[in-house]
Amino acid sequence: MSHSLASFVTILQNKDLITYSCSGTWTLLHVADISKKLKTSYKNENILFDFSGITSFDTHGIILLIDTIKKLQKRGCKVQKTGGDKEFLKLYEVCEKNFPKELISPPQKESLSEFFYNIGKITLTSKDTLINFFSFVGGMSEAMGRLFLKPKNIRFKATFYHIENSGIKAMPIIFLTSFLIGIVIAFQGAVQLEKFGANIFIVEMVVISVTRELAPLLTAIVIAGRSASAYSAEIGVMKITEEIDAMKTMGFSVWDFLILPRVFGLIISLPLIVFFADIVSILGGMVVALAQLGISFEEFLNRMQESVEIKHVIIGLIKAPIFGWIIATIGCFRGFQISGSTQSVGKYTTISVVNAIFWVIAMDAIISVLLTEIGL
Amino acid sequence: MSIIKASNIVTKFGSNIVHDDISFEVKEGEIFGILGGSGSGKTTILRELILLQKYESGDYEVLGKNIKNLSDKEKYELMGKCGVLFQFGALFSSLNVLENISIPLKEYTNLTNDMMIKASLTKLSMVGLPLRSAYLNPSELSGGMKKRVGLARALIRDPKLLFLDEPTSGLDPKSARDFDELILALRETLGITVVMVTHDKDTISSILDRFIILGDKKIKFEGSFSELTKNKDKSLKEFWDDK
Repeated sequence: MSHSLASFVTILQNKDLITYSCSGTWTLLHVADISKKLKTSYKNENILFDFSGITSFDTHGIILLIDTIKKLQKRGCKVQKTGGDKEFLKLYEVCEKNFPKELISPPQKESLSEFFYNIGKITLTSKDTLINFFSFVGGMSEAMGRLFLKPKNIRFKATFYHIENSGIKAMPIIFLTSFLIGIVIAFQGAVQLEKFGANIFIVEMVVISVTRELAPLLTAIVIAGRSASAYSAEIGVMKITEEIDAMKTMGFSVWDFLILPRVFGLIISLPLIVFFADIVSILGGMVVALAQLGISFEEFLNRMQESVEIKHVIIGLIKAPIFGWIIATIGCFRGFQISGSTQSVGKYTTISVVNAIFWVIAMDAIISVLLTEIGL
Repeated sequence: MSIIKASNIVTKFGSNIVHDDISFEVKEGEIFGILGGSGSGKTTILRELILLQKYESGDYEVLGKNIKNLSDKEKYELMGKCGVLFQFGALFSSLNVLENISIPLKEYTNLTNDMMIKASLTKLSMVGLPLRSAYLNPSELSGGMKKRVGLARALIRDPKLLFLDEPTSGLDPKSARDFDELILALRETLGITVVMVTHDKDTISSILDRFIILGDKKIKFEGSFSELTKNKDKSLKEFWDDK
């Protein structure tokens, strides 16, 4: 890099001829510097490029030369070239042949029409997704029906694998969240109830809210975060690596092998986990009742048996498999939408978790309103 | 002058010995092939040369530098002089074709945007792709186009040394021969040295100047295609005989 700028190109201005004497190293390392030195402001002149002083070069140096010459020619200059050894001229010819004749620009978008275009596009894709989802659910029901007629074809091993992975392995985190929720509900309730001297009502408050609503909902949300994402990513990657195509060509049903074990796995394991979550969160409530209000465990349990109907627990447990079905179905459905790029794995995994959580909460709201209306 | 010099290379995966004391040399301006059956460690040699894989003992000298114990700065400097085309192109899926090709320029040089685009489009055209493909995403390209874009990206900084991992695998015979022609033409005009891993018999016979055949952890053969056809070793016959 001992070259000063002047040693790359010298411009000699005679009466009727301007000479660009190029010399030194015209390589990628120096191109940015050289380009500052190359003036292209001449108009309608005779210009001679002398390449004889160039000692080393690469495509970037030559592209810079070609670019400069093209610009000068556009301004009406007559350009001639001289010098340069055989290799230089060969590479020059190749680069000139491949030099882009026009700079194509990325497709321009108009902002307003783009806005309406996007609305239309989103509407159409939503419609397609909805129809696809119904067809997916239809296919699943058909496969389930087939399996109930021939229970021998149920993949028990895969189902148990998913019960273990999505159910049993989720228990520690679900226990912890449930315990904390029991504590929080009891704590907030204790402060209010103490004002009325209605201490003992803490039992109904904790047990009904937890078993009927909170334990199933929280369990479903935690499972949605863990398993909906896992199912989508697993199935999506299998799709990208053509495993699913291979299964299809070998005549293995994707429903039996991939989807139903996951769906059954969650339908079976969710009520069981919710049952345990009920117990743990009631325990959380009992601890706070003892510490804050001085209600002993025995009193708590007696009061629970007397005044809390078993229907609340049952309603909670009935909701659980419905949530399990929603999570597994959405996880698998979004997994099958993954295609092509690595980005779509991230995109659809995110969508699947968000969808699963949303529909769990929506379904919980629907069930709540329905059951209250019919007086349960 | 030799561009790459490997001496007494030993590679192990756990207790499994892949290369047992192998040595070879690549000369300047050559198109050099690394051949061998599957599992013979061809790609491993390539990965060792581009600093992606550790080896047990021995020395590699690449462009006059021993690649053992390079500092990070020396590594970047060395890799700046090398271009690598991976088997499936390894294009960045979040960038379009033009951005994929120009990203080394954007990161390592201070060229103006205009010059970067012109240089990238020139390289795109050199590898035989139409300009209108510049704004496509990698997911919209066919396998052959991905390889060509990958090659354009490997060539963007005018490397002295180009590594190709199975450049013609997965291409139809015509595209494969076109790709061979392209590599010959690039060597001709840019004067680069090419090191490639390949299985393709047509590539072996038509464009490789010299090659090594790996087998049984050793180099079974080193030389040119005409030398190979004169070789009496039966196990080497599969590399040149069509029957």
